[in-house]
Amino acid sequence: MAAVPGGLFAVYKPAGVAWSCVREAVELRLLRELNAAPGRAPRQHVRFLPAPGGAVGLVATRMPVLADHPLVRGPRFRKLKIGAGHRLDVKSSGVFVLGIGDGNKLLTDLYNCHLTKVYTVGGLFGKATDDFSDTGKLVEKTTFDHITREKLERILAVIQGTNHKALLMHSNIDMKTQEAYELAVKGLIRPMGKSPPIITAIRCLQFTLPEFQLEIQCLHETQQYLRKIVHEIGLELKSSAVCTQVRRIRDGVFTLDDALLRTQWDLQSIQNAIWDCQLKVKTEIEKTLGHQDKSCRQLSVCYGGNQKERG
Amino acid sequence: MASWARQVSRWCCLLQSARAAEFPGRLSGRSSSTQACRGFTPLPSRNDVLPWRWQAYRRVCVGSCSPSGSAKDGSFSSPESTLPSPVKQEQAKAETLPDLNAKIPYEDWDDISPSSALEEISEEEAVQIIAEPLLPLRSSTLRDYVDHSETLAKLVHLGVDLSQVEKRQKAGQLLLTLDFEKDIRKILLFLKDVGVEDNQLGPFLTKNPYILAEDLETLETRVAYLKSKKFGKAEIAQMVSRAPYLLLFSVERLDNRLGFFKNELGLSVKKTKDLVLRLPRLLTGKLEPVKENLQVCQIELGFQRNEIQEIVFKTPKILTASKKRLKQTFDYLHNIMGIPHHMLTRFPQVFNSKLLRIKERHMFLTFLGRAQYDPAQPSYISLDQLVSLPDEVFCTEIAKASIQDFEKFLKTL
Repeated sequence: MAAVPGGLFAVYKPAGVAWSCVREAVELRLLRELNAAPGRAPRQHVRFLPAPGGAVGLVATRMPVLADHPLVRGPRFRKLKIGAGHRLDVKSSGVFVLGIGDGNKLLTDLYNCHLTKVYTVGGLFGKATDDFSDTGKLVEKTTFDHITREKLERILAVIQGTNHKALLMHSNIDMKTQEAYELAVKGLIRPMGKSPPIITAIRCLQFTLPEFQLEIQCLHETQQYLRKIVHEIGLELKSSAVCTQVRRIRDGVFTLDDALLRTQWDLQSIQNAIWDCQLKVKTEIEKTLGHQDKSCRQLSVCYGGNQKERG
Repeated sequence: MASWARQVSRWCCLLQSARAAEFPGRLSGRSSSTQACRGFTPLPSRNDVLPWRWQAYRRVCVGSCSPSGSAKDGSFSSPESTLPSPVKQEQAKAETLPDLNAKIPYEDWDDISPSSALEEISEEEAVQIIAEPLLPLRSSTLRDYVDHSETLAKLVHLGVDLSQVEKRQKAGQLLLTLDFEKDIRKILLFLKDVGVEDNQLGPFLTKNPYILAEDLETLETRVAYLKSKKFGKAEIAQMVSRAPYLLLFSVERLDNRLGFFKNELGLSVKKTKDLVLRLPRLLTGKLEPVKENLQVCQIELGFQRNEIQEIVFKTPKILTASKKRLKQTFDYLHNIMGIPHHMLTRFPQVFNSKLLRIKERHMFLTFLGRAQYDPAQPSYISLDQLVSLPDEVFCTEIAKASIQDFEKFLKTL
């Protein structure tokens, strides 16, 4: 009998498909496979049937209950609890985390970890559109011959600098403390609550005019925000740019290699993917939330001590 | 209590002996007595019910804890239920019993003096009392009835998916009111005559349970109409099993629809026949989307009339496809892959495949520098090969790359 797997796994969302469709497609395929597996044996009940061979009297026989017949009962699984991690909008593609069953709780924990995500963003100089993507309505055309790689990287450095300041500000930690130093050593300085989108690292992967490709590490972003960044880079370089591709290559602990392609969305692959990622997810959650718990406990101990003193 | 139990047991024994003598292996007398015990079930208003049976029912019902007070004054009305209980069929069965009037005189039943509820009963009598829960009077599912109704049980063994049927409007009620021997058997025999395969009968009735309520003669006239249109027997069988609703359409409507496809597409009689043979669903589906799709092909996609004829003849499915998908696929094929109209007319099956699949494969081929769809030039890749081959074959035969490379490439999109 097939059991419903529980845990987190990542799929590769293609561009041009809504994330909810991806979620539903995964659910549909899992349901189909789970229902195809043989289900529980039907209950038995005792029926009194006329004795064979024309003899008088009734014979007690055990018969399967017809109400448990698969054709009467219908499919065993009708709905699976599948939750989605950080969303991807229709035009973007990449690693998209889904949780089944127990995994939904882990999704919340993972959200509270506020891990960084990495994107590759494609850009094209010389055009501007109303929604910053290449399929939008054309707003203006510009020249781009004057742009060089150095100029682009200078802008990127500025962006990284301003964002770094914002990061320190939103992480709510006093920089002149031992605690801040320890966090910084572990690389855990990041906002642990709500904050505007913050880019923690940005670099240029490819530069062949008019096209360019950036790698952006960020948190609390939306895909539209990244497109806007491309647009603003264009403006800063006294030209204009549209975003041709937004592709997430890492979402927290899930990398591109963990992501399942459309052809691999079946029970066995998903089960394997869940097992492969289990440990990674667990250690990451413990590392971040365990640390938080400790600081919380310290705080409560302090408060408890104060109250005692007062008493 | 004791009195009615005794009566039932007596009646039951008589039935059994009669049964055992004449109908061994058929429905046991016990089950009919069970049904009688259930008391308030809608009784069939049949004239051929024997008087002693009426009496028996009455007595049993009065004796049992039946809430229907009307039982006393002879006129037997039962509470209305949306799902008439399947008891009816079994009673109908019981009516085919041998005439027991000779054996049990009418007075026999009235002779027994009514005894008090406190009277002790013997072990034997106690065993005969069947205490089963009552069938629900109304229910949202057929599961409650399937163990008590022979018709439903037979349908399940035939392969009818009751969990699907009960979702359909009024289909559940319909099945419960039917009797397998009387109503269903003739339709099944008729369908077998038409040429529906044995293992297809279950799925057929799952899709179209309403055919069981149709009149046999009208069904026969419809088949006769199809025959008059020069459809062969095998062809009719194929059409009916692939479009189960075909026989629910009146002759006029079928005629109208055949005429519609002939005129709208400007096809010859022979070609129209081929078209509906290949996709009988066209005849039973709505005509509005078909009209719209034809308009889309002609005006928005810019196909010529003869091209449309050819496309429809090759892939009739295009007529029932969604407009939006058709437009998106065409947009990608024509404007991005640069495939001219006449090539699309040669390979209309590309419209049936998923846009995402076409996109992925085209991009992979472009990345490898093999995207060459012009038959006049070397290393030509036909559109058919592009969409119809499975991934492994596509990678090795067409793209000349490994499947791992293809998967890696897909993750860069």
